[in-house]
Amino acid sequence: MSIANVAPALKPADYKSDTTPIWCPGCGDYHVLLSFTRAFARLGLPPEEIVVVSGIGCSSRIPAYTNCYGFHGVHGRSLALAAGLKVARPDLTVVVASGDGDGYSIGGNHFLHACRRNVDMTYVVMDNHIYGMTKGQPSPTTEPEFDTALSPGGTGLRPFHPLVIALASGANFVARCFSGELNQTTDVLVEAIQHPGFSFVEILSPCVTFRPDERAWKQLVHPAPVAATNDPGKAARRIMTDDGFNIGILYRGDRSPYQPPIGMATIDLSELEKEFER
Amino acid sequence: MSKKPAEPNVTSLTDLMAVAYQIEIDAVERYRLLADQMEMHNNTELTDIFRDLARAEGLHAEEIRRLAGDVDLAKASQLAASKRGESPEEADMGAVHYMMTPWHALQLALGCEERALAYFTAILEKAKDSKVKAMAAELVEEEAEHVSLVHRLLLRYPQPDNTWADDPDPPVPQD
Repeated sequence: MSIANVAPALKPADYKSDTTPIWCPGCGDYHVLLSFTRAFARLGLPPEEIVVVSGIGCSSRIPAYTNCYGFHGVHGRSLALAAGLKVARPDLTVVVASGDGDGYSIGGNHFLHACRRNVDMTYVVMDNHIYGMTKGQPSPTTEPEFDTALSPGGTGLRPFHPLVIALASGANFVARCFSGELNQTTDVLVEAIQHPGFSFVEILSPCVTFRPDERAWKQLVHPAPVAATNDPGKAARRIMTDDGFNIGILYRGDRSPYQPPIGMATIDLSELEKEFER
Repeated sequence: MSKKPAEPNVTSLTDLMAVAYQIEIDAVERYRLLADQMEMHNNTELTDIFRDLARAEGLHAEEIRRLAGDVDLAKASQLAASKRGESPEEADMGAVHYMMTPWHALQLALGCEERALAYFTAILEKAKDSKVKAMAAELVEEEAEHVSLVHRLLLRYPQPDNTWADDPDPPVPQD
């Protein structure tokens, strides 16, 4: 093992803020937070060169728990914020955190167009198949038969298939992880951040409070049986026919990221403020 | 993949020290996070237990750093991270419950220590280099001591009956 070329080590703890997470004990999002900080440390990125953007929901609390720059934005609109930020400041590393409600329902339309636009950023969706923060309503990935007070007998609706939709829409990197597989998730995040263009990482992250059955995911997940492909059609077919628990990098594309030339501001900020005073 | 730690891939003394150090550091991080979770939910008894476990793992990390001498373990561990798979000594946070008891916390710790013992035993059995073998033997001895320490602690905390998770005011989905 050669250690000659390794930069001075930043530790995962260097990326944590002083704010204590308030997720439920056992929540998968704790693991995801650790994977974030470990991935940042592995990449050796200075915290001030990373921005973590989020929308609303349990998963979207992550920016507060890191000491990187953060933006806790409007419900479902994190990708729009992040895309604007990355286009204006391509020197920054932009990571977006979301959940299945925020990302696939309220933010569903932004998801499609972010994949299509292919701005160089990483989109992490912590999927627990439920709205956890608002106490257990069905989300776009909830199973049709999942019985709740709001959907007696289940919704009967076909679940959203985010990885396939990402592929069809043009995402340049697609992976699925399980929050409890910390090092594997960290490895995937490292590669997702390094991969040019829009990287989409879905992390199965159990909600132990409203979906205690999801504790069993730990036994169900397994490595994807084949290596990642660069053929989106092949990747989509594989994902459509898998059991939903294949984890690993599933697709690596080679589309060029969207990065328009950075223009000069044509209006002063104070002039913009005046617009709001009218 | 999730059922057991990856097979150790350790071929040099630097590898072994880096992996051992990183395992302890990761364990510290994980126990601190568990303590924070319990503190947030006003479970002071478990907060103290998890903080004590984090402190103990921190001492182990320091001991490994001392044994490593001049090796820069922080740097070496970064390289080792991608080759060691899931850490044997990381507590399974998915097994945590907001009403868990000290017995459950110690069971969690026991699992970690037993996996670490098996991990270093596997390294010892496979090692060809005499220095790796000697250090692995030392680590096996340490982990065996940790296992017996947790067993001794468990004598203080009998297994709770099966009503431990009964919550008179459980979380319910929103109507």
